[in-house]
Amino acid sequence: MIRLTRKIEFSAAHFYHNPKFSADENRRIFGKCNNPRGHGHNYVLEVTIAGEPDPQTGMILDLNELKEILDREVTARFDHRHLNHEVPELQGKIPTCEEVASAIWKILDPQITQGRLDHLRLYESPDLFVDCARDGQ
Amino acid sequence: MKISLTRRYSFAASHRLFRAGWSDAQNHRVFGKCANPYGHGHNYAVEITVTGPVDPATGMIVNLADLDELIRSKVLDDFDHVYLNEQVPEFRECVPTTENLCRVIFQRLSGFKQARIERVRIEETGKNSFEYIAESGAAPKEALHAGREVSLNFMNRDNSSQNSN
Repeated sequence: MIRLTRKIEFSAAHFYHNPKFSADENRRIFGKCNNPRGHGHNYVLEVTIAGEPDPQTGMILDLNELKEILDREVTARFDHRHLNHEVPELQGKIPTCEEVASAIWKILDPQITQGRLDHLRLYESPDLFVDCARDGQ
Repeated sequence: MKISLTRRYSFAASHRLFRAGWSDAQNHRVFGKCANPYGHGHNYAVEITVTGPVDPATGMIVNLADLDELIRSKVLDDFDHVYLNEQVPEFRECVPTTENLCRVIFQRLSGFKQARIERVRIEETGKNSFEYIAESGAAPKEALHAGREVSLNFMNRDNSSQNSN
């Protein structure tokens, strides 16, 4: 099995607030991330596809096709958006790095039909990232 | 899908690789310039990886404020700007290689209840990194010579980097 990784970036705003918590609880649990005016990050996403190369093309998946999928499914949804207000897949969730990575996994997994989605790494900053891997790996 | 979160920290420390029971010649043969008597230092980068369910109320595996406090109190307060051989008690008994640093830090974090500490990865330099990966469901072992539990990733294992401990 061969693995292929493509990296993209997107910039987005968010804040953390759970309406079921009091104002004090929100501040205590989420700290400065609770600021209702929000803040933003330059996210970096690494998408890893696993599979066997097609003997005719030498490719697991055409990189142009992967780029189109990532443009359509990730960049168009997340880039220069406010994650709390503009991304339906995150409605009702706190848009932490964990939840954003999980949402991207659920969006991308059915879209990858040549090879399969093997791993995602989402950097919220160089010092914080979340990994998603297929169960059993 | 299995999810994990990794946070990266850094500290600066000095160390010397040598064993008191060995001759100078043997120490230099095994540890090279890392055995120089006055020690030397590194900017260490430490990645702590945690796993666990994402709490739907917070969207978090672990609250980063709690993880930061854990790492500050258990690691950074004791490891930053010190001479590891003499000022970190665990290294009075074992050589402060980065393999042992990974294991000591993993053991120090063992009481954390809010998430499972899955991995401690340390970059000693831009070329050398080391990982301690938790065995599935097991508490960390206390043995000092647990080399098999340490996975070494020499990013560029040439003579110069190997001896740049």
